[in-house]
Amino acid sequence: MRGISHPTSGAVGEFFSKRLSMTMKLAVYFLTTGLTLLTLPCGSFTEVPSKPSGTVTVLPPVHPAGGPQAFPNAEKSDLPVFAMNYSRIQVPFEITLWVLLASFAKIGFHIYHKVTFWVPESCLLISIGLMVGAIMHAVHEEPPSVLSYNIFFLYILPPMVLDSGYFMPTRPFFENIGTVLWFAVVGTLWNSIGVGMSLYGVCQIGALEVQDINLQENLLFASIISAVDPVAVLNVFEDVSVNEQLYIVVFGESLFSDAVTVVLYNMFTFVAEMPVVETVDVFLGVAKFFVVGLGGLAFGLVFGFVASFTTRFTSNVREIEPLFIFMYSYLAYLVAELFNISSIMAIVTCALTMKYYVEENVTQRSCTTIRHVVKMLSSISETLIFFFLGVVTITTEHEWNWGYILFTLLFAFLWRGLGILVLTQIINPFRTIPFNFKDQFMLGYSGLRGAVTFALVFTLPDHIVRKKLFVTATICIILFTVFIQGISIRPLVEFINVRRTNRNLDTINVEVHSRLMEHAIAGIEDICGQWGHYYWKDKFMKFNNQILRKILIKDNQAESSIVALYKKLELQNAMEILDTVSEGTSTAPSVISLRKEKGPGKPKRKFVAADLRKMHDILSKNMYKIRQQTTEYTTKHSLPNDSHTKEILIRRHGTIRRSLRLRSFQSPTLSGGGYPSAPRSRIGQPSRSSSRVSLPLRRLDTLTEVSSSAGVDLVDERSGGRGRAGGRGKSRLNSSSSDSRVPAPPCHFDSSEVFHGNRDSMPEQEEPLSLSVTWAEEPSDHDDSSTQNPLLRRPRWNPVKPKNP
Amino acid sequence: MGSTNSTLSKIPNVEELMRETGFSPAHIVRLYDRFESLDKEKTGHLRPEDFGAINRQDTVDFHSFVRILAHFRPAENNRPRDPSLPEPVNSRISKLKFAFQLYDLDKDGKISRAELLQVLRSMMEMQVTEEQLESIADRTIQEADLDRDDAISFEEFRKSLEKVNIDHKMSIRFLR
Repeated sequence: MRGISHPTSGAVGEFFSKRLSMTMKLAVYFLTTGLTLLTLPCGSFTEVPSKPSGTVTVLPPVHPAGGPQAFPNAEKSDLPVFAMNYSRIQVPFEITLWVLLASFAKIGFHIYHKVTFWVPESCLLISIGLMVGAIMHAVHEEPPSVLSYNIFFLYILPPMVLDSGYFMPTRPFFENIGTVLWFAVVGTLWNSIGVGMSLYGVCQIGALEVQDINLQENLLFASIISAVDPVAVLNVFEDVSVNEQLYIVVFGESLFSDAVTVVLYNMFTFVAEMPVVETVDVFLGVAKFFVVGLGGLAFGLVFGFVASFTTRFTSNVREIEPLFIFMYSYLAYLVAELFNISSIMAIVTCALTMKYYVEENVTQRSCTTIRHVVKMLSSISETLIFFFLGVVTITTEHEWNWGYILFTLLFAFLWRGLGILVLTQIINPFRTIPFNFKDQFMLGYSGLRGAVTFALVFTLPDHIVRKKLFVTATICIILFTVFIQGISIRPLVEFINVRRTNRNLDTINVEVHSRLMEHAIAGIEDICGQWGHYYWKDKFMKFNNQILRKILIKDNQAESSIVALYKKLELQNAMEILDTVSEGTSTAPSVISLRKEKGPGKPKRKFVAADLRKMHDILSKNMYKIRQQTTEYTTKHSLPNDSHTKEILIRRHGTIRRSLRLRSFQSPTLSGGGYPSAPRSRIGQPSRSSSRVSLPLRRLDTLTEVSSSAGVDLVDERSGGRGRAGGRGKSRLNSSSSDSRVPAPPCHFDSSEVFHGNRDSMPEQEEPLSLSVTWAEEPSDHDDSSTQNPLLRRPRWNPVKPKNP
Repeated sequence: MGSTNSTLSKIPNVEELMRETGFSPAHIVRLYDRFESLDKEKTGHLRPEDFGAINRQDTVDFHSFVRILAHFRPAENNRPRDPSLPEPVNSRISKLKFAFQLYDLDKDGKISRAELLQVLRSMMEMQVTEEQLESIADRTIQEADLDRDDAISFEEFRKSLEKVNIDHKMSIRFLR
């Protein structure tokens, strides 16, 4: 998880953890806060007069005689050498400082890993906010009143929703889309109406002094607190790898419940102003609901397609490719807002449609940039909201009403629990894998409230009489759920032992077999005359391949997921070899141990060139333009963690090594040149070592040319980028040759020797390495680079279908 | 759909079928109706032309039809199984066996490289070249093949899929 974090913060963190204790860190925070506060007071810093003293500006007394003045304008102002002009920069400055402060807080609590493990980030942010709020309250400062309706809805919410939409795991989502929408829409409605009604009932009780809250306002309040924001829970779920169904339902529910809540909020705010509500209005409300939802969907689709289409032509303006993504999503959001349609739905749909096509059209770097920026923006928004929540908790005036607030808490939990139970019972028969009680409990328990709830209640219009009470109640429920449920969810998940899913399924076997099963199921569904998920999926994929991809993706090469996964795995193996190459002396021991297996060997210099070429062979066989698919990760606070790919690297490397070792002792079965079968021990070959040294180096040049023509850029591959022009790769490899070792399969030297053997027809070469020799052979056999390696070629789209569909 | 009883009486050995496959009478009737609608010529058998050659056998009668479909019922894990009874048709092992049979065309208990290639070819159609297919097949066998015989036995197949939720992938909802 820390792999992508900046080196500087790591160094700073180390410094901090070694030298400073926790209290000193707090002191640093206070210092920062103090600095911030000094600049916060709005308006107390006026423009410092640039003149040294006040009297200089006094006009010379007017002579009554009216004689001509020597200097008609005696206001001589000196050139200001040093001046401060605070009011000009005030707003951006304060925003920057707040954002920085919140980000410092984030750096701070990631220093201790245990802290973020047990306490979700949102809790920590709120705590820091509370502290800052306390300070501000102590010095009688007001927090900047930046959180207005427009600012929240136009600037803070879109990045958060874009993040959720962009990183939504599409396949599980579409498989469970019915359940997700069911829980989100019906669940939120159930919660709002239930809680609203109950609270209204409670309001009738005179003792609580809340009789002036009418039904509409109760409903409004209830709808606000039904918005679920289970970020903390999702983090835990991801760490623990709970079963996919539960995960995607919680994730999707949060997203769509936000959408539903916003719609309800707008509706009820409107209704709250009306003195009387008639049945017509109820029906209109329902109709509006559908219009809003479906309209958002439609808008999102349109913008998503337009964005994909645009990126088809952006290959010459790569620097601004990410811009299109953001602009189109934001545009979708704004246009939906224009028509009062659910903007959240619009931006989510836009992101979902866009992602698939855009990531194919756009370069790898732009892809990374997009993902990174989306995460960054959403992280900022979320951080700010929670931080602000903490601050506001202390600094606003609260209206405390024990009864109302306690009843709110009670009803919120009650209705959520009931809702989950009832809804699950209804939808379980329609699911392939029904939810058991543990799943249901987890579903209910993950109903944390968060950012959207807070923002919505904070921006309630002022004509709501008991706004302060609502704010207090909301803050209460947010704090309660975030702290208590957020902290306890981790031990609970372990305790209850929810069904887990194994995420580490990146093997070709699984992919191939799963595909086969999907095909089988689609066929069986067809036989049974049943239109299940796989039928629609199949149909959609056909439509996608035949029509959509041709329009929206430039140089359309339909790539099966099996091939994509295979490429990805081979690439990882090759990258691992590269990693070990550049690790320098650390790999020397392993090389030595390998040597010991085969017997006493030669000085290390030999390994270098030969191994390097071996590595070249592997790379040139297996590396080609690869599109890394979006890893699906959903936490708002971190980028994906690739640790499990390391395991695959090691496994595959071991496999290659083993298979090479094995085949070196088998009789060769490959065509393409006769290789004698007797395995060669290198013990008896010391005399020719010197002659072999020079040859590999020559060979290296040929290979680099060959591989560069294949379009391999090793530098970029190392950083996870896609292969580009090979020029840079060349130099990188050559420069690293002096200090690189490869813990190569012991047959490396054999391959180099056999390679010469074939080129220079040296008959003494007898090593049989069939597998590696094949790899080395191919570049030499063909003159034109386009056919030099079958895997490097992109498959041509055959116009003739080979067999019946 | 007609009355259940009258349709059921038309099917020979229907109780044994129900017991073996675990389908309820309503399901059997529904499947029978579907069978009849597929069997356009009312021969009592389905031939490959009827549904595009999914089966390897030349004809399928209703019993086989139901038996094959029974593999796709979602597995029930709740009932403790009586060990003396034969393995239910829709258990995880049976589903895996069914999937294995889709590959193993010559029924020798192993998926050879050629069989794997054939399946890969038919799945990926025109999207890949022959060499790519071969590399993928090589890798697949390499990953799964633990005893190094260049073929995937049922045990190896099962092991490679041990972490996959087969029940989810090989079940159709309505067949419950």
